[in-house]
Amino acid sequence: MQIDVLFFASYRELAGAERRSVTLPEGASAGDLVARLRSLDESLARLPDTAAVVVNHHVVRPDHSIAPSDEVALLPPVAGG
Amino acid sequence: MSGTVALAEITDAEIVPGALLEAVSSDGHGAALLFLGTVRDHADGRPVSGMRYEAYLEMAERVMTEIAGAAAERMEAGALAVVHRIGTLDLREASVGIAVATPHRAPAYEVNRWIIEEIKRRLPVWKHEHYADGDAAWVEGTPLEADA
Repeated sequence: MQIDVLFFASYRELAGAERRSVTLPEGASAGDLVARLRSLDESLARLPDTAAVVVNHHVVRPDHSIAPSDEVALLPPVAGG
Repeated sequence: MSGTVALAEITDAEIVPGALLEAVSSDGHGAALLFLGTVRDHADGRPVSGMRYEAYLEMAERVMTEIAGAAAERMEAGALAVVHRIGTLDLREASVGIAVATPHRAPAYEVNRWIIEEIKRRLPVWKHEHYADGDAAWVEGTPLEADA
């Protein structure tokens, strides 16, 4: 399945774009997604372990399965306030 | 019994403290507490000239509504208003405003503090610090925890 991943703030700079498309096997998990992103290029290989995978606006655990219709985003540690 | 949410939003408009206080005012309140988070002129000893705030807007609106709702449930009575600004801010400008009004002062202090700590822990907002020397950097933040 093809997943469009949204990137914000420092991760947008790592990814070089606001969104990147990745191909994942059906039933792939959030952890699989991060591993796949890290394999795309040297810059994304530097994605830290503190990256949060967000599916449909909720932060998910690494074992969460991703569906083709999901809105998926990768978020750096937050710094509001 | 719980408090009410008068306002919970993400905005690119200037935060008006009086409007937040007005939103939570009521004849039954004996306390009204306003917190403003403002842009300061230094970070770790380095001169700062301004800040740009960015949000994952749709998620930030959902999280802000959740934080406000949970905060209202921590109060037996009263009202709260909370707003976070995005965009480019100058020194002294408010990036966040929280007004809590209650019949007596103790819960206003407690809930106001609780809201800002939740914002720092959960709201998907990032700040890009602009330094006086022309450089800029993303401020290191708090890693998000998975939703229960």
